[in-house]
Amino acid sequence: MPFNPHTPKDVSDMLAAIGAKKIEDLFDEIPKELRIESLAGIPDALNEMHTGKLMMARAAQDGTPLNFIGAGAYEHHIPSAVWAVTTRGEFYSAYTPYQAEASQGTLQLIYEYQTMISSLTGMEVSNASLYDGGSAVAEASLMAIRAHRKSKSQRILVPTTVHPNYRKVAVATATGQGVRFDEVPCPKGFLSVGDLKKFEGEDVTAIVIQQPNFFGVLEDVDAITDWAHANSIMVIGSVNPTSLAILKPPGEWGTKGADIACGDCQPLGVPLSSGGPYAGFLTTKMENVRQMPGRIVGRTVDANGHQGFALTLQAREQHIRRGKATSNICTNQGLLVTAATIYLSLLGPEGLARVANESHARTNELVASLTRIKGVKLAFDRARFHEAVLLLDRPVAPVIAELARRGIVGGFDLSNDYPELGNALLVCATETRTSDDIQKYADALGETLKAAVRAA
Amino acid sequence: MSNIPADLKYTKSHEWVRTLANGNVEVGITDHAQAALGDLVFVDVPEAGKALKAGDSFAVVESVKAASDVYAPIAGSVVESNSGLGSQPELINSEPYGAGWIMRLKPGSAPAGLLSAAEYQALLDAEG
Amino acid sequence: MAMQKHPEKIIFEYSRPGRGAFGQWPTERDTPNEIAADIPENLRRKKPAMLPEVSELEVVRHFTKLSQLNFSIDTHFYPLGSCTMKYNPKACNAFAMLPGFLGRHPLAPDSLGQGFLSCMFELQEMLKEVTGMQGVALSPMAGAHGEFAGVAMIRAYHRARGDLARNEIIVPIAAHGTNPATATMCGCVVKEIPVNDEGDVDVEALKAAVGPNTAGIMLTNPSTCGVFERRIKEVAKIVHDAGGLLYYDGANLNAILGKVRPGDMGFDVIHMNLHKTFSTPHGGGGPGAGAVGVSSRLLPFMPIPVVGKEGDKYRWLTEKDLPQSIGRLSAFMGNAGVLLRAYIYMRMLGREGMHRVGEYATLNANYLMAQLAKAGFDPAYPTRRASHEFIITAKKQKNDLGVSAMDIAKRLLDYGFHAPTTYFPLLVPECLLIEPTETESKEALDGFIDAMVSILKEAETQADLVKTAPHTMTVRRLDDVRAARQLDLTWKPAA
Repeated sequence: MPFNPHTPKDVSDMLAAIGAKKIEDLFDEIPKELRIESLAGIPDALNEMHTGKLMMARAAQDGTPLNFIGAGAYEHHIPSAVWAVTTRGEFYSAYTPYQAEASQGTLQLIYEYQTMISSLTGMEVSNASLYDGGSAVAEASLMAIRAHRKSKSQRILVPTTVHPNYRKVAVATATGQGVRFDEVPCPKGFLSVGDLKKFEGEDVTAIVIQQPNFFGVLEDVDAITDWAHANSIMVIGSVNPTSLAILKPPGEWGTKGADIACGDCQPLGVPLSSGGPYAGFLTTKMENVRQMPGRIVGRTVDANGHQGFALTLQAREQHIRRGKATSNICTNQGLLVTAATIYLSLLGPEGLARVANESHARTNELVASLTRIKGVKLAFDRARFHEAVLLLDRPVAPVIAELARRGIVGGFDLSNDYPELGNALLVCATETRTSDDIQKYADALGETLKAAVRAA
Repeated sequence: MSNIPADLKYTKSHEWVRTLANGNVEVGITDHAQAALGDLVFVDVPEAGKALKAGDSFAVVESVKAASDVYAPIAGSVVESNSGLGSQPELINSEPYGAGWIMRLKPGSAPAGLLSAAEYQALLDAEG
Repeated sequence: MAMQKHPEKIIFEYSRPGRGAFGQWPTERDTPNEIAADIPENLRRKKPAMLPEVSELEVVRHFTKLSQLNFSIDTHFYPLGSCTMKYNPKACNAFAMLPGFLGRHPLAPDSLGQGFLSCMFELQEMLKEVTGMQGVALSPMAGAHGEFAGVAMIRAYHRARGDLARNEIIVPIAAHGTNPATATMCGCVVKEIPVNDEGDVDVEALKAAVGPNTAGIMLTNPSTCGVFERRIKEVAKIVHDAGGLLYYDGANLNAILGKVRPGDMGFDVIHMNLHKTFSTPHGGGGPGAGAVGVSSRLLPFMPIPVVGKEGDKYRWLTEKDLPQSIGRLSAFMGNAGVLLRAYIYMRMLGREGMHRVGEYATLNANYLMAQLAKAGFDPAYPTRRASHEFIITAKKQKNDLGVSAMDIAKRLLDYGFHAPTTYFPLLVPECLLIEPTETESKEALDGFIDAMVSILKEAETQADLVKTAPHTMTVRRLDDVRAARQLDLTWKPAA
């Protein structure tokens, strides 16, 4: 056993103290017929060297292709200091900060995170994270239902320009509690107030607006927010945190600002890592703070009057309120919050704005380069941020497959989730894609489209 | 030993009930309940006009270690809630039967099934 | 243990206009702060967000100092019951962060992810083997998330059979708070049943509680009382005969890993806490991973995506492959990096290692319980074997000396030990739930015993010292009431 310190003498001394003859005796309360003989399906142990060889071979198998997908997970430069400090044992192997006096490091860090994310989203207060951007939309919807004093319908409007996986997660998570998600079709690639007119006069609790939307297109957030508030509908903004360095934050949408903001911290110092772990964020105005799920850290004083930090408002949470808790969430994404806080401290307001601007410029360069190729068109002629939809003259899947063979991850095929768009491909370039990378993609795509026979 | 004024009525869920001169009924939580909860940090009170059945939860009292529902002892409609609790939830700890009242109710029917002070004391003794 | 004596400043207090970690910023353009002309004026941010303006060294120094204010497994013995604070192997982190895994986009084609997918598939298979279940889904992102998936699958199963009345979930009163919270989230009604004086579920109460509305029961075994549910087969029969399903909360799987399998005990659906039993890092509050396992009748309802194998190729199975799935619980596929770490851990332990986990965890717990009992502490269930954890009640100390479980926990910090879990389960007064795990040496355990003995003496002769502990941390006991009454949740610059 690689991590067990017990020597035979330790074992015999301990058994003697217990008054048992062998370790098996300690399991004598378990019915014999339940005891397993052997875990034959588990392979033999590998020491660290052989484990390393195995894992390196598996990782090498996948290689490091050139990535041009966004779709909710964005490749940005991550300063070395972020993970060097985050993987320090004192952060990595620390527990949830329930014993506040032994966890002041984690607690202060979360307080700093709450401050940064609140400011970034233009809101007043934040929690200590949720699982990811998808579950954040679900939790925000449930929170809006609790916070809305008048609406009884539990209806949430969700435009189809919201990330399709976020919509699916919201449905899977919240319909069990009677929440009704009404999809609002947006065939033009953005949501307009005209699409919402039919809901006027009905009891709707909240609307989710994603900015930039799933297609990278910028929504008319002011008009939609004002429309919603005029109709007693709460506004939930699902936003990309990098974009907030240069885009108007949800707290400033319309006249009154959005009521709740949510999203994923992944762009802030968290690597793509095959899909997770990421971290959902949730912020709101002070008047809604008691309806917010998840942990919250507050600053207070100790018995000597010195500044200290502790988890607060815990009476809302599962370990106290049990069946009537705001959510069942317990473990969240603490280590990723640590990384995001360090990342935001290193980038600062100017650095983050530069990342946003550079990513936007690269996507423009990518779109210009690819649309010069015969058979490639831009889908939506509208303001966008760092992501774009291209229309191909043939089915997308085989094109993606061919690009993959050439070591390029060309984009996300939209035809499964949005068949009405036709042969649509969602592409993204961030500050990590150089002009050479973009040229490489353009060359590969050009060759692919020239060589293949057009679909009949 | 918790304080149990003889002139009030009580419920099994640790609410007290005082009949006011105008026939309305004032409701709060007992000394035993506030001691068990510890220092209160927030009270969520109902809006005037809200209709309640006996046993409905009409408020939530929140301390650092617990958040408990407060239940309507009889049916009726809410006349007013104690707005002072918004800034001073600790009134429930210091004056549970006085300034710490939570809600005043216009009863829909005569109060029934409530415990006397002696019966409430017996309940606390049995709980141990 | 030398602790930082002076609290560290808030990062914003280091900010100076014009300071920054310039080496980390894109520098391709000269005027990067001019927002691109093609973004409409009314959608642009007017005032920058309040983020720190500090140098790279200041960032590294600040967060390094913060880390030094924490207890962690790497630095302290952490006997937190129900949390399984075992050693997090460094190799798991190193190999999970290999570039091929770290740089892969979740939506990249399966053809470019066969290495990663093979690890995920094998993890599913190994978890099936150790738990005795027929299917495993990896996407729930924490234990509570796995619980949600489990209860949702139970409901989906009954609905698919047309049995719409079944909406009651039975939960022992000693259950972890996530259990009833989860039941409510799934639109179920919670029915609590008592636990007897020996820590077993009250079987007579269970018989009275089951009926045509029973969707299922949620159990932990060993239970949250730290003891094995001896009549589990009877319990399973009662619930199954009434038409309900059994849900296993895997928080305590470490006690029985390699000795007993939940599938063999009759459970229909389980969740595992990979950040407990399979040693992925706790990270100061996550990320976890709450993989779920199912019996064959719940296979169609598993949350997607799940990894499938066709020939020698791996691919993600989604809605098309599992049309009755309860749906997607994660925007992508769950906490991939955490799952990789669990896979690496299981490969390093192998078959023999897996058998030894339950054995040594149980040996350590029984040793601690025996020694603490001899020293004058009161085990809550003295006639029972400890599983991988046990409960000490400080009821006597509270009555006789005025010293509570909380006080003992805080004083342990001064001795350089993280406190055990306190005040859970709720049904044992003044309880300390202690779980050493199998990676602690006898010397570490003896050190803890010595500290507890010392604290007991202090409680008898200098009670105030214990009641006002801790004394040597960065902060004394914190004012929780003020933290909740005067909410200070974000830093604000001085006016």
